Amino acid sequence: MRMETPLGRVRGLGSARTGAHHWWLERLTSIAALVLFVWFIASILRLPSLSHGDVVGWLREPLAAVPMLLLIVTTFWHLKLGLQVILEDYVHEEGMKLFSIVLLNFFVISGAALAFFSVLKIAFGGDASNG
Amino acid sequence: MHRNPSRPLSPHLTIWRWGPHMFVSIANRVTGAGLATVGAAALVWWLAAAATGADAYATFVSWATSWIGIAIGVGLTWAFFFHLLAGIRHLVMDIGAGFELSVNKFWANMTILGSVVLTALFWFLILGVK
Repeated sequence: MRMETPLGRVRGLGSARTGAHHWWLERLTSIAALVLFVWFIASILRLPSLSHGDVVGWLREPLAAVPMLLLIVTTFWHLKLGLQVILEDYVHEEGMKLFSIVLLNFFVISGAALAFFSVLKIAFGGDASNG
Repeated sequence: MHRNPSRPLSPHLTIWRWGPHMFVSIANRVTGAGLATVGAAALVWWLAAAATGADAYATFVSWATSWIGIAIGVGLTWAFFFHLLAGIRHLVMDIGAGFELSVNKFWANMTILGSVVLTALFWFLILGVK
């Protein structure tokens, strides 16, 4: 006989009221990404070239660096939510599902941190080879 | 997945006549997955190379301008514009609009057409600027 209440038995098996939150954040980050990527594409097209000097010079401006940092956070947040849904849909074995989502979180945070730090380094003028 | 094999399955993917809305639906997921993996890796590489220095940036550029880099680049930009337009379509459908069959089909087709047009326009401008 299982010494569990009916509530205890179902806990952790479903979205437990967080499904709508995930859905809502995916929409919210998509709208932010839409605005930031229109800015990004327009900025890329307006640069005189995509050479190292031009890109670094552009990212040193606060009005380029800050939207770029926001773009990184928004994009990685949005892609984490999206890839998680794909894993939840197609990885059926519970252990493998948990493992793949943990791995996804590690990759997303590592990638976002590397991109975020790179923009900060350029913005604060840390690139010695192109002073 | 636990299923009683003696019970019938509900109608699934294989019985429906294929339409543009079905392509846009699955392609939105596929382009999203591609952008989230290959696209994100390219973005991180580009920024990290720019922050590391001129030599690292030159290595990135030599890869990005090789034939395989250009093929991936064109693929990513198409995936980007497709995911962007399909995403806007989804936001409109999220507020409950655009579900009439003809309207739905029209915007599904426009999503496909628009993604190709925007990709061509983007590369035309990029190559024109350089």
